Amino acid sequence: MSWIYRTAAEQAAALAAGEVTSVELTQAHLDQIAAVDDGGEGVHAFLHVDADGALAQAMASDERRASGSPLHELDGVPIAVKDVLTTIGLPTTCGSKMLEGWVPPYDATVVAKLKAAGLPILGKTNMDEFAMGSSTENSAYGPTRNPWDHTRIPGGSGGGSAAAVAAFEAPLALGTDTGGSIRQPGAMTGTVGVKPTYGSVSRYGLVALANSLDQVGPVTRTVLDSALLQELIGGHDPKDSTSVPTPVTGLVEAARQGGTKDLAGVKVGVVKELAGDAWQTGVMQRFEESVALLRQMGAEIVEVSLPSFVHAMAAYYLILPAECSSNLAKFDAMRYGLRVTPEGSPSAEDVMKVSRDAGFGDEVKRRIMIGTYALSSGYYDAYYGQAQKIRTLIIEDFKKAFEQVDVLVSPTAPSTAFPIGEKVDDPLSMYLQDLATIPANLAGVPGISLPSGLAPEDGLPTGVQFLAPVLEDARLYRVGAALETALFEQWGGQIVPPAYKEN
Amino acid sequence: MPELSRDEVRHLADLARIDLSDAELEHLAPQLNVILESVASIQGVAGDDVVATSHPIPMTNVFRDDVVVPGLTPVQALAGAPAKEDDKFSVPRILGDEQ
Amino acid sequence: MSDTLPGLIDFDEVLEKFDPAMGLEVHVELNTNTKMFCGCPTTFGGAPNTQVCPTCLGLPGAMPVVNAKAVESAIRIGLALNCEIAEWCRFARKNYFYPDMPKNFQTSQYDEPIAFDGYLDVDVEGETYRIEIERAHMEEDTGKATHVGGSTGRIHGADYSLIDYNRAGIPLIEIVTRPILGAGEKAPQVARAYVSALRDLIKALGVSDVRMDQGSMRCDVNLSLAPKGSKVLGTRSETKNVNSLRSVERAVRFEMSRHAGVLLSGGSVLQETRHFHEDDGTTSPGREKSDAEDYRYFPEPDLVPVAPSRAWVDELRTTLPEPPAERRARLQASWGYTDLEMRDVINADAIELIEETVAAGAAPQAARKWWLSEISRRANEAGVELASAGVSPAQVAEVQQLIDEGTLNDKLARQVFDGLFAGEGTPAQIIEKRGLALVSDDGPLLTAIEEALAAQPDIADKIRGGNHKAAGAIVGAVMKATRGQADAARVQQLIIEKLA
Ligand SMILES: [Mg+2]
Ligand SMILES: [Zn+2]
Repeated sequence: MSWIYRTAAEQAAALAAGEVTSVELTQAHLDQIAAVDDGGEGVHAFLHVDADGALAQAMASDERRASGSPLHELDGVPIAVKDVLTTIGLPTTCGSKMLEGWVPPYDATVVAKLKAAGLPILGKTNMDEFAMGSSTENSAYGPTRNPWDHTRIPGGSGGGSAAAVAAFEAPLALGTDTGGSIRQPGAMTGTVGVKPTYGSVSRYGLVALANSLDQVGPVTRTVLDSALLQELIGGHDPKDSTSVPTPVTGLVEAARQGGTKDLAGVKVGVVKELAGDAWQTGVMQRFEESVALLRQMGAEIVEVSLPSFVHAMAAYYLILPAECSSNLAKFDAMRYGLRVTPEGSPSAEDVMKVSRDAGFGDEVKRRIMIGTYALSSGYYDAYYGQAQKIRTLIIEDFKKAFEQVDVLVSPTAPSTAFPIGEKVDDPLSMYLQDLATIPANLAGVPGISLPSGLAPEDGLPTGVQFLAPVLEDARLYRVGAALETALFEQWGGQIVPPAYKEN
Repeated sequence: MPELSRDEVRHLADLARIDLSDAELEHLAPQLNVILESVASIQGVAGDDVVATSHPIPMTNVFRDDVVVPGLTPVQALAGAPAKEDDKFSVPRILGDEQ
Repeated sequence: MSDTLPGLIDFDEVLEKFDPAMGLEVHVELNTNTKMFCGCPTTFGGAPNTQVCPTCLGLPGAMPVVNAKAVESAIRIGLALNCEIAEWCRFARKNYFYPDMPKNFQTSQYDEPIAFDGYLDVDVEGETYRIEIERAHMEEDTGKATHVGGSTGRIHGADYSLIDYNRAGIPLIEIVTRPILGAGEKAPQVARAYVSALRDLIKALGVSDVRMDQGSMRCDVNLSLAPKGSKVLGTRSETKNVNSLRSVERAVRFEMSRHAGVLLSGGSVLQETRHFHEDDGTTSPGREKSDAEDYRYFPEPDLVPVAPSRAWVDELRTTLPEPPAERRARLQASWGYTDLEMRDVINADAIELIEETVAAGAAPQAARKWWLSEISRRANEAGVELASAGVSPAQVAEVQQLIDEGTLNDKLARQVFDGLFAGEGTPAQIIEKRGLALVSDDGPLLTAIEEALAAQPDIADKIRGGNHKAAGAIVGAVMKATRGQADAARVQQLIIEKLA
């Protein structure tokens, strides 16, 4: 069995047992990238592959291992990083022409943590431009294809990280989740993705989409791998003022405990508002089967209502554009990034306008304009102010719900992966993809998505999402690992895209 | 929900420093109106008694000691600059006043 | 430099017909070690872009962290201005595009300033004006652009600009007054007195260098006129970066005359920013404030609220310096100045200078004399502030000590000041170089006396006859012969002794 089909935990164990070297592991993944990522019809999960850098890091890892001083349990296990996180010496484009060729002079805190733990960085993964989108079609460098069906989207904005993990190009990846950009691609590609509690993983070096919603998190093939990675990247960061002082701990332990499939005493709330006619039949069917499994493992299932959820989408699509319209103002062709100079003797303002028109794609322009509108005087209270109040109502809904139950559960996304191109010019139907994932970002609570099976009607992956109270990320891992274990028993292991099965 | 006119869309683009062509304006304006119409549903949902949340996790007083930490060299700072001169960023002529 | 003006109106006529209202916005750069939101140093005059980091350069992904010392300084300024200190406040983003601002938003405070509702009492010619402070808030400075090409080196007409971001992110406190009404003819002086008092207060707090010439204190002057007796404020103009006390006074006076000219010719005043010109004391139009100017403020999501505990605020209250009015009273008593003398000192903005001169060893009256006569005259001629005239309090004290020791007399001292203004070195070096010391040896004096007596025998007789007053003519001749370097009293004494 090729090493690439092992989970990160298995690869780490093999390294520890001396069965494989980090150079071998890293090379195996680079080989897989070379085999499946490139070309007109490849997965295109990566925007930049750093073979030399990854191998050098792998070699250093092997030397540490040989001298008996590995830095971390995952030392030597390679990883892919979403191109929205800054990396010294590696291009960071955020999927935008605006930042083509930009090489940051500093590492994001999470990237520095990966390096400090010895994980070779394979490269930077594709994404919707500045993380705006749910399909990775908004990348200025072309879409990522879903390993389950190359004509379909892998979800977004972090479609590159999810597809890389699904196609065995990397055992681990970092994603970022502002309204579902880790979890929804997880559901689309049959992988696991976690949005940790807001502030529990540093945002320093994450090119902000919407600062009050963004969170870095793990993208993996198993719940345990996510736990290992979240524990590694989490913790307080003095460079991020919104970083919570309390570390989120016990995740790996919770995942291992969940693996025993004992959910006695756990109360699970099925969210009434996150179901209905708009939801694809196969998605609901697999979801209900998952809920039944939870009950079988001893969980108490109740239906709960979070009435303000119906306003979450609208609030989100005001708060996010508002924050991003301001965040993206810095891309003005003055200090870095694309500069387009029109004919004549243009002023700085002319150059800014022309460069921003040339450098930003349609979705970015749409959101900047909506945000500009929502913040302008005369509209602020009706739009942005009102959206911030909805946010309060949603937080209160979560509080009340978590007085009754330990975790909430819903399908991750309303449908399976749709064909590339289907929703490109229909922003609203694209936005609906994040219906179930957005509330967690508005409230700062953690969420996990894991595969719940394949929709019978199209054979594509479906996802189930758990949500827990702020700082109670461990609950996600316990319940998630339990469900995963039960499902793997049914399936005889994880579900794998047919074209990517080991033969 | 007032429909955004083309002039208003152009004004927004000016505020946001995006040089939209007429064709782009034609393409984006109706999409913006669809989005605005859908988000308008929240108006009036929360009353005066509801406080606005700007930060999902309430915290206060996160400060840094007034101690110098090393930053970037001019070479690093200017590495991505589209144009530079004498260790400064070179920008086209500036219209308008400092604020 | 001024644009076509519809005629300036004589100041007295302005006052007959209008009441001025002023608003002053002062930006103070704090003297913290590091910037507002990052650990970069704030030292003035560093090589370009050597004091920058991802945060103050606005690089993608970088984040701000608030400097605790800056918050402390803001609270102390607020307390010294008798403000309330917010129990809870936030930073906000002020969104506008400008190349010297790395993020294209300024992290500032909007409707939740850290300090608000205060006042500062200022004295103008013995009358006290209470200037109400609306707010004092925290924000960050911008980078600095130099304009290349074109003829003027100014922003307009330049070919391109070069930007140094060393200044970007330096902590600023913006202090905003409520409209200052009822100052009438004294409006220009009140404005000046306020800025002066504010500067002294902040200097005493030790939180800023408050160097208007270096830009660590900058003033914007808002002015409007209302028809006499009307309670409705007129349209205001906002004159930016008025950067000396004298300019503050001149800018108010000029804008009053200009507004009156516009209004009396049937025009209406534009709401616009204006530039002040140091050379001729005029203003010229800048940017018109239009609807397009919409800063789209919203709470900065990357920073959490600031909620200073009352214990902290109370602790900071104990660190405040003596209030300016009390300080002035104390200094007047200790210096023994009359009310009139003290008023002149205040008007000349010389309190600090005299305090330092006295501290350096000079007698209070001597210190006052030099600063208010010799040095003031030269500062006026050069059109600069007293403090920037080119003489330090220590030098004044040194000159006075040389007088007290008999090395110099007043006349020679003035020549030493000439040397100081010309930058010829220390007083000792100037005395040496210019050969200015008093002749302390009696020999050359006696020779000169004999020559003078011989030249004017009739006077010599008068002195012999007991008319000592007549000695003055001989003293004068001796002084002339020694080019002023004789001690006149000693010469007088020698003449009397010789002819007794
Ligand atoms: Mg300001
Ligand atoms: Zn800095």
